[in-house]
Amino acid sequence: MTLTLDRSIQTDAPLVEVTALKHVYGKGNGAGLTVLEDVNLTLRPNEIVGLLGRSGSGKSTLLRSIAGLITPTGGKVKVSDMPGDDTAHGVSMVFQSFALFPWLTVLKNVELGLEAQGVAAEERRKRTLAAIDLIGLDGFENAYPKELSGGMRQRVGLARALVVQPSILLMDEPFSALDVLTAETLRTDLLDLWSEGRMPIRSILLVTHNIEEAVLMCDRILVFSSNPGRVIAEIKVDLPQPRKRLDPAFRSLVDDIYARMTARPTGPAAREGNFPGTGLGMALTHVSTNTLAGMIESLAAPPNNGAAELATMARELQMEADELLPIAETLQLMRFAEIEGRTIRLTPAGRRYDGADIDERKQLFAQHLLAYVPLAAHIKRVLDDRVSHQAPATRFRDELEDFMSEPYAEETIDAIVSWGRYAEIFAYHEDDDRFSLDDPA
Amino acid sequence: MVFLNSDRFNPGLLARYARREFAPNRYDAIAFALIGALAVLVVHGAQQMGQPVAALHLSPVVLDPARLPEYALRSTLRMFAAIVVSLAFTFVVATLAAKSRKAGLVIVPMLDILQSIPILTFLAFTTAFFIGLFPHSELGAECAAIFGIFTSQAWNMAFSFYQSLRTLPADLEEVSTQFNLSPWQRFIKLELPFATPALVWNTMMSMSGSWFFVVASEALTVGNRSVTLPGIGSWLAQAIDQGDVKSVMWAVVAMGVVILLYDQLLFRPIVAWADKFRFELTASEQEPKSWFLDLLQRTRLFPRIARPIGGLFRAIPRPRRLRNPVRPITNPALILWFDRIWLAVVFLAAAWAAVTIALYVHHTLNLRDIMSAFGLGFLTFARVIVLIAVASLIWVPIGVWIGLRPAWSQRIQPVAQFLAAFPVNILFPFVVMGIVAWRLNPDIWLSPLIVLGTQWYILFNVVAGASVLPTDLKEAAGIFRLRSWQRWRDLILPGIFPYYVTGALTASGGSWNASIVAEFVTWKHTQIQAAGLGSYIAQNMVAGDFPRIALGSTVISVFVLAMNHSLWRPMYRYAEKNLRLN
Repeated sequence: MTLTLDRSIQTDAPLVEVTALKHVYGKGNGAGLTVLEDVNLTLRPNEIVGLLGRSGSGKSTLLRSIAGLITPTGGKVKVSDMPGDDTAHGVSMVFQSFALFPWLTVLKNVELGLEAQGVAAEERRKRTLAAIDLIGLDGFENAYPKELSGGMRQRVGLARALVVQPSILLMDEPFSALDVLTAETLRTDLLDLWSEGRMPIRSILLVTHNIEEAVLMCDRILVFSSNPGRVIAEIKVDLPQPRKRLDPAFRSLVDDIYARMTARPTGPAAREGNFPGTGLGMALTHVSTNTLAGMIESLAAPPNNGAAELATMARELQMEADELLPIAETLQLMRFAEIEGRTIRLTPAGRRYDGADIDERKQLFAQHLLAYVPLAAHIKRVLDDRVSHQAPATRFRDELEDFMSEPYAEETIDAIVSWGRYAEIFAYHEDDDRFSLDDPA
Repeated sequence: MVFLNSDRFNPGLLARYARREFAPNRYDAIAFALIGALAVLVVHGAQQMGQPVAALHLSPVVLDPARLPEYALRSTLRMFAAIVVSLAFTFVVATLAAKSRKAGLVIVPMLDILQSIPILTFLAFTTAFFIGLFPHSELGAECAAIFGIFTSQAWNMAFSFYQSLRTLPADLEEVSTQFNLSPWQRFIKLELPFATPALVWNTMMSMSGSWFFVVASEALTVGNRSVTLPGIGSWLAQAIDQGDVKSVMWAVVAMGVVILLYDQLLFRPIVAWADKFRFELTASEQEPKSWFLDLLQRTRLFPRIARPIGGLFRAIPRPRRLRNPVRPITNPALILWFDRIWLAVVFLAAAWAAVTIALYVHHTLNLRDIMSAFGLGFLTFARVIVLIAVASLIWVPIGVWIGLRPAWSQRIQPVAQFLAAFPVNILFPFVVMGIVAWRLNPDIWLSPLIVLGTQWYILFNVVAGASVLPTDLKEAAGIFRLRSWQRWRDLILPGIFPYYVTGALTASGGSWNASIVAEFVTWKHTQIQAAGLGSYIAQNMVAGDFPRIALGSTVISVFVLAMNHSLWRPMYRYAEKNLRLN
């Protein structure tokens, strides 16, 4: 078997065509959670395309629709083979969690797909060993996954996906469960194999929430908005491989994508950032108050002195876009900071918070929470009105579920409980799931 | 209940158990009615079939120690036959329940009930049925015994397999779908391996639990029919009949040896081997070990024998993938209609079952019977509660003491598990002798017998819980010099609680079962009984009064289910919600 690819076969016939894809989880009558709406995607031979977005933007759902693992609610997915007598065909997938069978050896894990295809034992063994060799797993054939490090496990996952000779490789956050160094090694190895044409695959579709990873690897990046997931931008990356993170062009592209991912929808609700919904129906992200304080302090401290580029902050704090953006947006929601393009800037209130002691901070936070987060004010009002100064949390949860799906309502309640506790504006009792005005003091 | 592997407690399993999915609902009622009606029909059929069967003494047991190994072997073979049947049942029924939503709707609550109710009471029915089926041959009696043992083994095994199938890791399922594995490949590569550790554990527990039934089912007298099959159980019955203390001792020794042998030669190796199927990507800290497995793997002969067997297995023709697989219906409206039709069928069957029971009961029993059965039920209930409490007071401190000392717990744990497997009914004669000799009140002094065998579940679960208390918490308790009561209240009791609930739940289920033999004990010609539901059932078994056996079984089932749903499951949920240590 030969695993080399003659890159001279040039054709523009698309391998994957996705048109007007829509997917709704849960109830079929429209009350469910819409994760994808009107998504179009074309994957051509010889390109690596990245799907970039925050969690909940439906990029994994899109990948699984192409893999045939889920049937989307609407729209069309068309997967084609390469023209001519190309041996590679179909799709194969690499998982974030590796998805290895713990009771099978490396060899057996890699063989799995061939066995399912009914390939004869001898041929199967030959091809499996070739794939193991290609991916650098020699000597580990008889090891069990539990004996391997994370990086080696993902190599097994990769070998398993390649051995069936797919024309399209789908990768679902393949490096996000690995430590930074291991992830970098694996990325480089994969890119080397790709550029040398030693893998049978014709095209790669990569899901990630790591902006730098997308810029490092992809020829084209589709940026997704969340809730519901839509393609908000398509970015072509023309930088030559191998790309260098410190290259100014690279940096400016990363910064640019940051700006696009925080871009506010225009209109009256703009002040509320990327939080879906408005007023009471706003779905909040649970960000710890410690994290918020830390972010304010690091923004206020030199060299930032009150303003910084988001991408720079992310690098400084070693956070991915997925982690950083909700923090920035929560600060913006509470008017402790403002996001403008690529830059985040502390408001006067944010600076005051930075200089205050613990009690003043709490007071300030309480004022802003009640003024700018409608749900917090609503809960406070209900508790004030009641003689008992108590209310079951389900009451508010039910109210929220008129606007959003259950998991979002749950997260929103979690956020409000944690902020309300910090601000000491109300207490929450886990045992019987109720809010009250009193606190232990 | 499904036995949670107490060696390595799995909070995930607990969560699943506690979750709403397994809480009672209307399907429990339906399943209950169906099971009841089935019992009634079986009895009815049996009464019709085997009219005047004389005492069926097939080959009388001789109390000669030289014959004991043979008897022990026959008893053991019966148990293994039943285990094989149980495994077959497990694979078929649990798979059906997991794959077909409609089948699952009925099967799951049915299994849930069957695994919680004292099956011993049904022995009377099934024995009558099988002897009726083969009135003049040994086969009927053998079948009856094996079926009896099967009924004590199968349910928790099937339930555990079902739970495993329902909780397959999503990513591995995706891989299997993505590579288009055939149903058979899926079963062999994914479902069976994933379910193996829990299934092995439950099979072991079933095996232990079924000794009790071997003793009870080999020598059984139901009305005018009496069955004696050669085996340890019959030996024991004979010895009790003749008041032969020495023979009883022999039986105890033989049973101990048999349990030790199959534990060391079969279950330890299987547990050690099954460790590789644990769904964890980290190597376990304490891998289960088996000297026998090591021995086998080191021999030259064994791998050579094993290989051709494996080859044979691979040569078995597999079910081929269907060329045009039946496409599942995806039209929601159609699915809804199918569901409605199916539900209607189920409800009709349940209604029919309820009517059948009502008619049967109406003909033979009156309200006073029912009232008295419930009254007796409360007596037994009081016994179970009090004795579980007493056993907890004794074994929790001891278990914690042992669990906090690793050197001790490693030695004690297998002993406690061995004791839990030991069928204590074998020891009852000694208690009878004591009660007669000292003229004690049987209502009180027979009571401890019902926890005699089941208390060990509390012990070894508590030991397991205490031995995995996180070191950092223990150190924190040490640094802050927690006083002993505070240490118990804030560290030890919350830490062991989930384990304790598992143990106490198992112990209480076992105790209800034991009450049937413990409240009604004989020695030679002396009969001693304590007032309670257990002795009510036992008495009616001797008298062959089927309607009252049925009534007693139903009432006891109601009590066990009520206790599970109102006491143990809320405790489970509480433990799951508030006392998880990770």
